[in-house]
Amino acid sequence: MAADVHSEIEYTSTGLRSTKLAMWLFLASECLLFGGLITAYVLYRGQSTSGPYPQDVFDIGYTSVSSFVLLASSLTMVLSHNAALARDYARMRLWLLATAMLGLCFVGGQVFEFTSFFREGLTIHTNLFGSTFFLLTGFHGVHVTVGILMLLMLVAFSFRGSLSDEPAFPVEMVGLYWHFVDIVWIVIFTVVYLIPAPAPHGAV
Amino acid sequence: MSSTEHRTEPDTAAPPRDTPSQHVAYHPSAREYIRVGLLLVALTSIEVMLSYSSLTGVKLIASLFLCTIIKFVLVVGYFMHLKFDNGRFSRVFALGAIGAFTLYAVVLLMFGVWRTS
Repeated sequence: MAADVHSEIEYTSTGLRSTKLAMWLFLASECLLFGGLITAYVLYRGQSTSGPYPQDVFDIGYTSVSSFVLLASSLTMVLSHNAALARDYARMRLWLLATAMLGLCFVGGQVFEFTSFFREGLTIHTNLFGSTFFLLTGFHGVHVTVGILMLLMLVAFSFRGSLSDEPAFPVEMVGLYWHFVDIVWIVIFTVVYLIPAPAPHGAV
Repeated sequence: MSSTEHRTEPDTAAPPRDTPSQHVAYHPSAREYIRVGLLLVALTSIEVMLSYSSLTGVKLIASLFLCTIIKFVLVVGYFMHLKFDNGRFSRVFALGAIGAFTLYAVVLLMFGVWRTS
């Protein structure tokens, strides 16, 4: 059976596994997507003619905790892959669940943050800062949510015993996606939250 | 559910097409991953402290970007295994990442964002 499964694995003419190459190509294209969203944010965040402005709504301490949670999830993800390589599938599932839970904490934190911004009068329609901020962080949140679904599917498939004979490979692929979501957040955290926004448009 | 539900074959029974080019040659241990994780936490803490510090302007932005680039490289190199994986994967990703950075840096320059910030 193992030989049958391996004979189905497709390799590119370069000798690289096609699934893995496709994942890296996908992640490379995602760089362009998030690059565009980050650029739009940087271009427009100081152009709003009315508030609330970034300095009015951001809570760096709160967002820092969210960042630590996402970093921790990257660590649990890689530990899950390590466990899969060691064929310790019970531990692999444990780390996958831990990663999904940390991801849920991050998304929950983002929902809470968005809700508090709404209460302070910032929506996607309010001003240019709101439009670009919600678009960027919302897209990232959707990516995290998709990652959580993929992690939970991996756990479900593992319990059903329907993962391939080489479970480390799908864990590695989902892991690549998850770590990419993490590095996007590393950039967003710095560019959006930590670098001070320019003075509001028209302000002296 | 038992942890042996997946087929477990001896490592020596590698599939026929299993060549070094298809697999990561070296995988860091869990301890090394934890060390990298702690380094990431430390760098993030430094970033947060910098944002509360008296640093402003170019010095602040340069310091923050330095930390960000180190964190980016650590995650991509260790957690995504590009440091140990086939070089072609690195080139594919670098094409996207550096291409996007260059493209959008030019856009920002064209719109004079550095002057307004």
